[in-house]
Amino acid sequence: MKPTRTGKKSLISNLSSNKLITSLSKTAAPSDVNLARKPSMYISTDVGDDQDEAWMQTKVLLKPPDQLTLSEQELKEEHTRMLTANNPRAPSNPIRFSFKDSAYKPVTQVDNVAVLFHMDTNLLHKDSDEGKRQLEKEGTTEGATETGETRTADSNGPKIQNQFNYSERAAQTLNHPPRDRETMTDPPPRLNFNGSVSQWEIHDAYVEDIKRQKLSKEKSKTTKFHVKDEPKKRGLSTMDEIESDELQKVSGGLSILERMVNQNTYDDISQDFKYWEDAGDEFRSGQGSLLPLWKLSYEKARKYSVTSLKWNSKYKDFLAVGYGSHSFMNDKGGLLCFYTLKNPSFPEFIFQSESGIASLDNDTNDYNLIAVGYYSGNVAVYDLAQSKEDNPVYFSTALTGKHSDPVWQVAWQKPDPDGFLNFYSISSDGVIKTWTLMKNELQHAEVIQLRVEGQKLVGPSGVESELLGCGTCFDFCKKLDYIFLVGTEEGRVHKCSKTYINQYLDTAHAHNMTIYSLKINPIHPSVFLTCSADWAVKVWNHAELEVGPLFTFDLNSPVADATWAPYASTVFAACTIDGFVYVYDLNINKYAPLCKQQILQGKKSKLTRLVFNPYFPVLIVADDRGTLYSFKLSPNLRKVEIEKNRSEESEMVKMEKLIAFILEPLLVKQRQSSAPAIPVQT
Amino acid sequence: MSEVEETMRRIQSHPGVVGVIIVNAEGIPIRTTLDNSATTQYAALIQQLSSKARSAVRDIDPQNDLCFLRIRTLKHEIMVAPDKEYLLIVVQNPSET
Repeated sequence: MKPTRTGKKSLISNLSSNKLITSLSKTAAPSDVNLARKPSMYISTDVGDDQDEAWMQTKVLLKPPDQLTLSEQELKEEHTRMLTANNPRAPSNPIRFSFKDSAYKPVTQVDNVAVLFHMDTNLLHKDSDEGKRQLEKEGTTEGATETGETRTADSNGPKIQNQFNYSERAAQTLNHPPRDRETMTDPPPRLNFNGSVSQWEIHDAYVEDIKRQKLSKEKSKTTKFHVKDEPKKRGLSTMDEIESDELQKVSGGLSILERMVNQNTYDDISQDFKYWEDAGDEFRSGQGSLLPLWKLSYEKARKYSVTSLKWNSKYKDFLAVGYGSHSFMNDKGGLLCFYTLKNPSFPEFIFQSESGIASLDNDTNDYNLIAVGYYSGNVAVYDLAQSKEDNPVYFSTALTGKHSDPVWQVAWQKPDPDGFLNFYSISSDGVIKTWTLMKNELQHAEVIQLRVEGQKLVGPSGVESELLGCGTCFDFCKKLDYIFLVGTEEGRVHKCSKTYINQYLDTAHAHNMTIYSLKINPIHPSVFLTCSADWAVKVWNHAELEVGPLFTFDLNSPVADATWAPYASTVFAACTIDGFVYVYDLNINKYAPLCKQQILQGKKSKLTRLVFNPYFPVLIVADDRGTLYSFKLSPNLRKVEIEKNRSEESEMVKMEKLIAFILEPLLVKQRQSSAPAIPVQT
Repeated sequence: MSEVEETMRRIQSHPGVVGVIIVNAEGIPIRTTLDNSATTQYAALIQQLSSKARSAVRDIDPQNDLCFLRIRTLKHEIMVAPDKEYLLIVVQNPSET
């Protein structure tokens, strides 16, 4: 059978075929197939009709233009018509010539049939000859029912297109009706959360998040091996360790507290340090005074003598102190302490050493590095950022090289061309060494071997050997950094250069006894001062050493230390062993000190060192009992500093004038006598 | 003796120092030189005050932080150093110094 047909066009064709079938069934005996199909066909057509009705066009009556318009009365009028069997139009007496009889004869039978419409049928009777032939042609199984379409739907033979009976077929699938389906889920858990958020909490959260992101990045880089190791280490630490570690965290806060308690305790001193100026200075010009401030002391340092002092280059109130001994017979160990003026009662850092400390220096750039020279001849470098215990980061040994006598002074130098830090040391064994901080060791090289010129040591067998000099102090010229000056135990001053080894540029017989200290003026590069055990402080010009000292001051006691003030070219301070501190300003008074003050009264201890603070008007003086005394300089002592138009150049000019003033008569005298004032040894 | 305990002892030995208290993050005093009731009172009250002070400082500039707080009273001076996890309190009588 044919596929199911839906749609309008196919329905129409069905309709026609149905009619055909009915007409067939009327004429011939209906087959079973037809009967079976009928109802379904009818249902489908009915549905189709219903649908069609809506789309049918309404009929419009068209009237011919010449139609008569009749009134109602005329329309109602009855016309009677009689229908008869005779044809009124047929002739009643027709005659026809008969050739048989050769006479006209009337025609008896008249044809009364009138043809109004004629159409040939396209139906064939099944039993007729023509019908049988056609059935044979179609094939017996394919029903006689479809005789109308045999020509178009022939599956076996070639398809003959009938352009009049061609139907387009389309299929429409069933549209599923939309359906709503609903389910109830459990409501998501809800939480009420509130809190006030301040700006810093948001900031902290962001900072933490950045940290976490960084950590996760790093973690992804590190191998798993490290991660596994961690828990084991944690497991090893005992409860006690954890507690002590925890408490260690407090130390930062505690040190602040300690400073604050100290500030309260020494409140009056702090006020003096900051604000008090000696009003009496106005009435006594050319005289000054020292106001005692804090006394820095540490119990354990009492038995030691202060051998060296140095302010930190970065922290203005941070002082490095080296403790050792000045007695040659017993070396009872040493201490390296760091004080801050904020806490005068206790040092910030304490390092103990086996041998006494004889000297120390603080690097200006790497302010956490401290070079230390020991009484034993060793040198060491402490790093405040690293050395937690008493151990220095670098330490010289007898194996790697050391001095054979106490190291009296150490001084940091500019880093060498390779960038390695290095410092110089001077010892009474007469050798000046340079020490370079390599990655994990201290390398040393001899710079110069001091000799006593003109004196020979004659041995028992008559062999002459040179007498070695004993260096006690040296200083480096900041502006001409290859030049340095050395003071010796014999009282000589040697002018040396880093570039000429074992050769003095100049030598002067400066003192009759040991030179304790030699300091180059911080502003004028060629002026320096020396102080010695022969009670004298002398000021020199190393450009013209042969002229002799520019100034000589006799202080009536061995002068332990003398130092230039950082703020003026003409101010220096000196301390004597019997406990006096002198402050001079050569610009104001060339002959007498501005201030002479006794610090230790009736005490057995001696003064050893003094140092100016580079920023505050504070002078620190140390004694051989481990005590440090701090003093504020009265306005008269630091007049230059208070002056507004002070500059390095003006200070320089001031010194130049002073030198010229002194040198002129000396040079004149020299020319007159045409002999050098001091014999120069070459 | 640990370094911290030594520092505490030094602070305590200063003239006028009434007491030193170390309070941990939970507000529990872990080291004290005062008696029990005074310690708890100081710990509880000062912690509130310092957290408020810190909040004020950090609200003004989140990158800033409170490092020291000094309260001068008629009788004493209370000095507070809020550390990361700990709160350090020293009570001093400055007139005795």
